[in-house]
Amino acid sequence: MKQSIWGKILILIGAVVGALLVGALLLLIAGANPLVAYRAMLIGPLSSRYGITEALVKATPLLLVGLGIVIAFRSGILNIGGEGQMVIGALAGSACALALPDLPGILLLPMTLLSSFLAGAVWGGIPGWLKARLSVNEILSTIMLNSIALQLVTFMLRGPLIDPQEIAYGTGFPQTAQLPEQSWLPRLIPRTRLHWGFVVALLLAGLVYVFLWRTSLGYRMRAVGAQKEAARYGGIQVENSLVLAMALSGGFAGLAGMVEVLGIHHRLLDGISAGYGFSGIVAALFGQLHPLGTIPAAILFGALTLGADMMQRAVEVPAAIVLTIQGLVVLFVVGSDVLMRRPDFLKRLLGKRMMPIPEETSQEEVPS
Amino acid sequence: MIDQLLQTHIIIGVLATGVRLSTPFLLAALGEMFTQRSGVFNLGVEGIMLMGAFSGFWVTLVTGTPMLGILAAIIVGALMGLLMAFVSVTMQAKQGISGIGLYMLGWGLAGFLFRITVGYVTSVEGFRPIAIPILSDIPILGTVLFNHNWMVYFSLLLVPISWVVLFKTTWGLKVRAVGVTPEAADTLGVSVRGIRYACVVIGSIMAGLAGAFLTLGHTNMYGDNLTAGRGFIAVALVYFGRWNPWGILAGSLFFSIVDALQLWVQVLGLDIPYEFAVMAPYVLTVVALAAVSGRIWEPAALGKPFDREA
Repeated sequence: MKQSIWGKILILIGAVVGALLVGALLLLIAGANPLVAYRAMLIGPLSSRYGITEALVKATPLLLVGLGIVIAFRSGILNIGGEGQMVIGALAGSACALALPDLPGILLLPMTLLSSFLAGAVWGGIPGWLKARLSVNEILSTIMLNSIALQLVTFMLRGPLIDPQEIAYGTGFPQTAQLPEQSWLPRLIPRTRLHWGFVVALLLAGLVYVFLWRTSLGYRMRAVGAQKEAARYGGIQVENSLVLAMALSGGFAGLAGMVEVLGIHHRLLDGISAGYGFSGIVAALFGQLHPLGTIPAAILFGALTLGADMMQRAVEVPAAIVLTIQGLVVLFVVGSDVLMRRPDFLKRLLGKRMMPIPEETSQEEVPS
Repeated sequence: MIDQLLQTHIIIGVLATGVRLSTPFLLAALGEMFTQRSGVFNLGVEGIMLMGAFSGFWVTLVTGTPMLGILAAIIVGALMGLLMAFVSVTMQAKQGISGIGLYMLGWGLAGFLFRITVGYVTSVEGFRPIAIPILSDIPILGTVLFNHNWMVYFSLLLVPISWVVLFKTTWGLKVRAVGVTPEAADTLGVSVRGIRYACVVIGSIMAGLAGAFLTLGHTNMYGDNLTAGRGFIAVALVYFGRWNPWGILAGSLFFSIVDALQLWVQVLGLDIPYEFAVMAPYVLTVVALAAVSGRIWEPAALGKPFDREA
């Protein structure tokens, strides 16, 4: 027996509400009124053109990273290295754009995006290869590669790639020069920050769906994710599948990094990943590890992230509460996942401690 | 450049710092060893360490008594362990992901609480080194080994203690059984759930202590993300040390000496880019994991939720 789609949605809503309730407790501790805070957080992003477009701006990297996470998790390998892959992708793409300032945009833009995808793929492929060939735990290796990537990018921004103007003025702020204007992603709606990267991300979500569910390669990768030994027995090259999954996953994260650069900042600077590597995991999990489910999930978390910024200004609470609530959402979502797989789980769990409830009087399960 | 590093007093300095810095690795990794031996993979160590570091620091700042800070870190560690155990053991969640959730929660919560309670850079009076009589007078070795605060000695003592508990007691046998064949242990009347809860909580308390060491026995102040990935390295050390206290001791000392070298390179202002020095322990972790892999044994039920009715 599997949970119905409405049951699943109800459980997911329950997970967010649960996390927000704990968050409300923290707001109270911080001396803020949770009602005022959550009003700003939930209504703010929806109440203006600025709010809606900004939510989509934040949803873009979430969706791109999330798609990579879907590919990896579905193929049976956990990619926690989104942060590192994002900045490495942004580094390679920015270096490419800065090196070829005279190329027309029609060539430069795809080249920049491609190089960011490839760099992210290499950075993700390394832990994939280590896992496949040497069975190195990929969670640990990707986390280590996050730290290595952040240091590498900081080094490049302070040294070889620093904006010559920063040296000329003696300010030394770690960032590159502005990228050539023809490489920028055009704005989708004038006078907002919403750019074409969002459309690209939507198209890629469709592509990932087709790839995973409508091609034999995608089928093989999912088979490895579902039952590794059975897949091996069925003649699938498990090792190659793992490396490919991590490379694609890293590639999407790398692309997310470059899309942030080309769509918003127009130069590479520190902190470009902004935690998207982790919140992308939240979005993918929330979207039930489905590329199309990740679209609404990314938009929801984009809106929540923006809403949290607005809340923080409205009631002046530390920004770290956003990370806290995201952590709680992850715990609630993975903690309630068993209810999706086995709807009778809660009944059984409670039944052990209470009198067994006769079937006909049992109440509808209320997931928490 | 190399000659500078080879001067005697610098070597002693690196080694002494290395022994001191092994404490957070040892505490967290020995704790995680018990957790993983029972079959649970707790990736939230880093988050628990941050919470332990903050709570130890804050309670010491308010009360002026570092021992109360330690107590706070123990309580906070136990609570976070209970949360992890509930999600991962009772609710049978995917442990890699629930660990990441716990990490995000601990990281965010520690930063949040620090800003609403303290919010500025300040220091506390932490634990002072206790020179062990006679032993600390031995040249070189005395400075390297016998002139540290109590937590350093305590964590080193935990190595043989953990070994005895894990391999020479009935409880340790149960832990190992639950981590390898939970079905068989269950048949023999061992409470799989109970052992796993206990091990996750023990591991989390030790992670909390590891964090408190950083604020009360090392830097004497709290800063955002001051653990700098040490919690994740500690999890890697469990693999590196092959789920054995002595292996973990060797790994911890090796890593902490590299960590100390990295700090000394910065202090001495050697001609190595700062970023590469900081990178060293992380690169080393990946290399170490790759080096020990392949023929590795691991608890057979590691990461697999147990459900007696499934």
